[in-house]
Amino acid sequence: MSRDPARLLAARVGSYRPNAIVSVLRSAYPVVIGLVIALLLQAMIAPKLGPFYAKLLLDIGIAIVLASSLNIVNGFAGQFSIGHAGFMMVGGYAAALITYYGSIKFGWLAPGAYGVDVHGGFLGSGDALFLFSCVFGGVVAAVAGLVVGLPSLRLRGDYLAIVTLGFGEIVRVLVQQTSDVIDPAKAAGASWLDAAKALGGPLGFTGTPTYVSPTPWLEDASGQQTGHAGIFFTFAIVSILLIACYRLKTSSHGRALLAVRENEIAAEAMGVNTSRAKVVAFVMAAFFAGVGGALFAHEVGVTLNPKELGFQKSIDIVIMVVLGGMGSITGVVLAAAILTLLPELFREFAEYRMPVYALALIIVMIVRPQGLFGIKELWDLAFWRRYVVPLWRKVAGGWLIPRSRQHPPAAIAKDLSSRDDDGAPKGAP
Amino acid sequence: MTPVLEAKGLSLAFGGLKAVDDFSLSVPPRALHGLIGPNGAGKTTVFNLLTGVYQADKGDIFLAGQRLNGKKPSAIAQAGLARTFQNIRLFGELSVLDNVRTAAGVRAKSGLWRSLLRTPLYLAEEDAIVERSLDLLDVLGIAHRAGEQAKSLPYGDQRRLEIARALATEPKVLLLDEPVAGMNTQEKHAMRSLIESLRSRFDVAIFLIEHDMGLVMDICEHITVLDHGVTIAAGVADKVQQDPKVIEAYLGVPDEDEAAS
Repeated sequence: MSRDPARLLAARVGSYRPNAIVSVLRSAYPVVIGLVIALLLQAMIAPKLGPFYAKLLLDIGIAIVLASSLNIVNGFAGQFSIGHAGFMMVGGYAAALITYYGSIKFGWLAPGAYGVDVHGGFLGSGDALFLFSCVFGGVVAAVAGLVVGLPSLRLRGDYLAIVTLGFGEIVRVLVQQTSDVIDPAKAAGASWLDAAKALGGPLGFTGTPTYVSPTPWLEDASGQQTGHAGIFFTFAIVSILLIACYRLKTSSHGRALLAVRENEIAAEAMGVNTSRAKVVAFVMAAFFAGVGGALFAHEVGVTLNPKELGFQKSIDIVIMVVLGGMGSITGVVLAAAILTLLPELFREFAEYRMPVYALALIIVMIVRPQGLFGIKELWDLAFWRRYVVPLWRKVAGGWLIPRSRQHPPAAIAKDLSSRDDDGAPKGAP
Repeated sequence: MTPVLEAKGLSLAFGGLKAVDDFSLSVPPRALHGLIGPNGAGKTTVFNLLTGVYQADKGDIFLAGQRLNGKKPSAIAQAGLARTFQNIRLFGELSVLDNVRTAAGVRAKSGLWRSLLRTPLYLAEEDAIVERSLDLLDVLGIAHRAGEQAKSLPYGDQRRLEIARALATEPKVLLLDEPVAGMNTQEKHAMRSLIESLRSRFDVAIFLIEHDMGLVMDICEHITVLDHGVTIAAGVADKVQQDPKVIEAYLGVPDEDEAAS
């Protein structure tokens, strides 16, 4: 083994010197594809679905955001957190604070036009404010994640779960202590500090603009555009989150998280800074939970209130992760979609939801404790490789078959066995 | 030659029990040192002291002149001290390749943002890591299992994977905790030549714990013998073998009655 790591890297970097445009394209194209899909969902699919199913699509998107973000800390890093709704609540209220009071203060929401936003239109001022509020909500939640993550470093298993549970309850109780939302007519004069104290209390944050609605490009009587492209924004965020998750999982940082989950002592002994890895997982998960909360806060038909975002909500999200497979991005997405669809489609049995959930969870724990997909992704599963890939090859010539970076293709290993000692392929000069 | 790993007067007590008492060690570059002793002599405790799992009550540890006392295990591993475990501790759910990549990745310069944005530096680094990891698996003879789950490997290959993973951190000193435990003669033989070849191949000094006396006496240039936490002998293999204290520790003292009769 005469191959010096530094020289190996230098050789590699040399061969990887594409121009800036190529690098940016290579980095950004999955996000672009995600945005295009989100746009298609909004413009082509949503109108055909009708309001009920379009709303369901939004619910699914938000559930994916919440479950996938929890998957970073519960699945990748293996730190069992059951206070995810707490981060969601922090992000949601922070975002609602910005959009409700912000739009009044900036004069974008006409006083008296309670809840009816007059600054609609695709990518109008309302959307800009909304996107800013999503990021703001995410950042505030990430700070909360740091605050919870740091002291939790010494805890594991049940004890960590109790701390995160406690965090969720603390947030809920704090929000319940706030006073009623200030009326739009008076809100313009209120300071930000007063506004932060008036988050609706137990009644909920009424009057938040419904940016996350499935009906965009509506026009009111005066011909002004109202309504918002909620499906587009939700699924744009979904795609960014999923790409981030996938890239995290397949990178050295993600493998460090998985190593912590698999064997913390060995991970530390191999040079993984386990404390740092856990905090990174907590902060990333909290950030996207906050963004998910911001989406939820502005969803049509939802009044942001502390009752709905309690322990029950946290457990709903945990079930999605456990059922889908702790550490599997595609598994969790699938579980989030199914567990959002089922209760809506079987409304008449809604009261049986929790017993059925509990039963399903027990059965999964007995039959398949690692969840539907385990740590694997959809394209790592045997049935996918045996049936779906050949079918897709036939139909589309194999276009866009995801190549897993996590499990190396057998070809690499085979190629290796045909090498001679200095690592060059046989027959190479 | 200046030693690459040096321990001076390490002591550790668990309550009233002196697990390790005044342990000293000096390993030159590319050396092969052995640590032997009866069960419960404190051998693994010495490893845990060196790698920062336990903090010594007294004494100093130096790696290539750098003082390691009080550092976290991860910092010590990054400084260049890697280890394997007596009771195998692999990342079971991950693939064999990913086990090695995880260890190789801790030296990666790409931060989280570069990883998420997949910049050219990150891509180059990841490819270099894969290539190096596959090379390591090749050296250890388990490259054909790169895609399998680590926990599904047979026992001997799991030990090999542990060594590959430790080497991936680019260590200056490699600590092997019973590398041939539970192996048959043939496997032991293969492992022995492998261990000997590693030091020149990777320019690494090896410090190993082993119960297999034949192996230790054969390949180690220098042997330290522990009993009840105390160093009872240290030196070249032949001398240690003849040391009455060592014989006593392993075989016991003749019974007084028997001696009298």
